[in-house]
Amino acid sequence: MKELALHILDIAQNSIVAGATLIRIGIAEDMQRDVLSMTIEDNGKGMPSDMVERVMSPYTTSRTTRKVGMGLPLLHDACLAANGMLTIESVENEGTKVLATIQLSHIDRQPLGDITGVIVLLFSANPNIDFVYSHVRNQNSYIFDTREVKELLEGIPLNTPEVIKSIREMIALNLDEL
Amino acid sequence: MTKVKSLADLKKMKDQFQSKIELREKGEDPDSRVQIKVAMATCGIASGAKTVMEFLIEELDKRSIDAVVTQTGCMGYCYAEPTIEVKLPNQEPVVFGYVNNQKADEIIEKYIKNGELVDGIIPMNYNTIDNQ
Repeated sequence: MKELALHILDIAQNSIVAGATLIRIGIAEDMQRDVLSMTIEDNGKGMPSDMVERVMSPYTTSRTTRKVGMGLPLLHDACLAANGMLTIESVENEGTKVLATIQLSHIDRQPLGDITGVIVLLFSANPNIDFVYSHVRNQNSYIFDTREVKELLEGIPLNTPEVIKSIREMIALNLDEL
Repeated sequence: MTKVKSLADLKKMKDQFQSKIELREKGEDPDSRVQIKVAMATCGIASGAKTVMEFLIEELDKRSIDAVVTQTGCMGYCYAEPTIEVKLPNQEPVVFGYVNNQKADEIIEKYIKNGELVDGIIPMNYNTIDNQ
């Protein structure tokens, strides 16, 4: 895993498995405080507190196909490597919030990578889940909300190839301008 | 073509989207679509599943193949990631392993277009004569 965007794609899978109907992904780049923070917040089934304590261990997983789960440990490692930290808050039947903070200028900070591609992939592969993506860079911000787009397109599925292409263009252009 | 930047721009393209969908649905019922699932767990993502999925979505559209590409969790074949499951209409799904863009291209050209099997199939869901 070499890009932060891929970590986000990976952590969001946990939310999908947790039965979330709304996933919020937030990225904030604050050059003044020299902090990059990323949040993935869902309204899925959450975890009991003993699970939250164990979840950073690679030998903890909810899956049945094998005994290891590397998603959170890898992100944890990426945070620690760049003077950051990873916190997880979870309430059963309400949802889970994963917050990663990383030193923006740290030499070992992974590049953000293709975040537009990740967001596009998430909503096009999961038509029944809504996504809210917010990106703050210093004083500027951009928010993309699939619920808004769904309402606007009145029933045209977001995973229609032409729609995917246009939304990708829209997100990329707006991020460029931040 | 003007670039889409705001929701208003997107709304303007609504009719265009609609006509594309109608064109596609003409004569083909939704059950006859090719269904592809890309395994998208930590193992898959780390070995390039995102690139493969983007390639599939783009190329299937370019080659005018009516397909839905979605994602799934780990299928348990971490050693062979990226893995994809392809289900042709009225057929049992087939799982392919070690799929990079080149392999994905081969799967589209040979398996999806002609039903010809290609290397790299993971025997996941097969029936022996005994349990048939």
